[in-house]
Amino acid sequence: LTTCLVMYFLAEFDDAANLLAANPDATTISIEEPVEIPKNQHSRLQEPGREEDDELLGTDDSDKTELLAGQKKSAPFWTFDYYQTFFDVDTYQVLDRIKGSVFPVPGKNFVRLYIRSNPDLYGPFWICATLVFTIAVSGNLSNFFIHLGKPTYHYVPEFRKVSIAATTIYAYAWLVPLALWGFLMWRNSKVMNIVSYSFLEIVCVYGYSLFIYIPTAILWIIPQKVVRWVLMVFSLCLSGSVLVMTFWPAVRDDNRRIAVATVATILLLHALLAVGCLAYFFDAPELDFPAPIIPAHNGTTVITKSH
Amino acid sequence: FPGLADVSIPQDIPVEGEITVPVGSHSPDEDYSTLDEPVKDTIMRDLKAVGKKFVHVMYPRKSSALLRDWDLWGPLVLCVSLALMLQGGSADSKDDGGPQFAEVFVLIWFGAVVITLNSKLLGGTISFFQSLCVLGYCVMPLTVAMLVCRLVLLASTGTVSFIIRLIVVGAMFGWSTLASTAFLADSQPPNRKALVVYPIFLFYFVISWMILTFTPQ
Repeated sequence: LTTCLVMYFLAEFDDAANLLAANPDATTISIEEPVEIPKNQHSRLQEPGREEDDELLGTDDSDKTELLAGQKKSAPFWTFDYYQTFFDVDTYQVLDRIKGSVFPVPGKNFVRLYIRSNPDLYGPFWICATLVFTIAVSGNLSNFFIHLGKPTYHYVPEFRKVSIAATTIYAYAWLVPLALWGFLMWRNSKVMNIVSYSFLEIVCVYGYSLFIYIPTAILWIIPQKVVRWVLMVFSLCLSGSVLVMTFWPAVRDDNRRIAVATVATILLLHALLAVGCLAYFFDAPELDFPAPIIPAHNGTTVITKSH
Repeated sequence: FPGLADVSIPQDIPVEGEITVPVGSHSPDEDYSTLDEPVKDTIMRDLKAVGKKFVHVMYPRKSSALLRDWDLWGPLVLCVSLALMLQGGSADSKDDGGPQFAEVFVLIWFGAVVITLNSKLLGGTISFFQSLCVLGYCVMPLTVAMLVCRLVLLASTGTVSFIIRLIVVGAMFGWSTLASTAFLADSQPPNRKALVVYPIFLFYFVISWMILTFTPQ
């Protein structure tokens, strides 16, 4: 009896060893697929007529991409290779994602269309860095041009505003996605059908949606109130629509009021960032121009002289 | 140990021999000890290495000497001198003046570290300190531009001096970016070169902005 039991356990170990031997094959096969996906994505994005296929494929293989994403990032988090998986993007991919955030296609989801389980941290980080310095430099330039003619004005570089801009923008780009991700996870535990994004995908969407503010900040140098507000509304519409189209499918299965409140909060915070930056970094353009008084004075003296 | 049981060493055989090990391979850096040389030689050797790297930055060619023998003395000297020259600006209220010494220092070093991490994460093959070395040495044209700006500002502060400063800073910014790109671009994967060059461009742009907006009190 004992020999039978020993044989049985040995057979079990053999089976387990076979399974373990089979698993490396399984992981190697599945690891090859994420390498193929960027190439297919490249060819798909180049064919403009196939967009409905892209959208269908985006929703069909969402489960597969979730699995593959889980297997791709298998390095432990204290190794360098783990973080290298977040920078696995080529130049054309970053440019495509930026283009997708600036020209939102109605009905297409930014995450499904462009990110496709390959969220990167390059875009969010460097777009935020560029935005910080663009806002600080443009604000400084705009204040310089507004106060240029005044005799009491002495130019200062206002370097302290750079650190304030950096804190604000990085806090917005990282803490708001964290809060939103936590909120979506909490709702996901209550309502089973919600599509949920990973934290990095939310950071990616927020990071790329801030790109439109870079040219807007440069154009805010123009010292006209109407121009500035038109630019702000325009950029808010573009980036807000990217955010809404990303997060509406995630919350629409939830309670109606909560879904609308979530999307409204996302848009409100986005608008608050834009309005706050405009108010703090860019001085209000002066409405009165003291210059016309001087030519009138000269005109009157000329008239009296000619008389 | 059964095999050694019958080995016995008689106690009156003296053990003698040479303790020094002859050096087999004469590698160029290790076949003489640098402990015994006079201090002047040590300092001159390091100074010559730093000076050779400055010449490499002035005439950027793809040479591996800058990359192989990295050192951080040059970047430290450049960073400290640039930060010192950026002091004495309009700082009547501490809030709205130019950058403080610590701010310039942190910006340059932290910026260089972040760019190096960025290029390594994107798959670059350059080592961490080699990249820091190149980025630090390529700040040299901008330090020269700062010196020229301060001299021009001593002479006049009007529009003409601003245009001169703008041209000088712009030219040196282009030179810095081209020099560092010439050294660093080869170690990057070919379809990610723009992703690596852009942060370098941003880094030198910020430093150029700080130099250009320097206004004396």
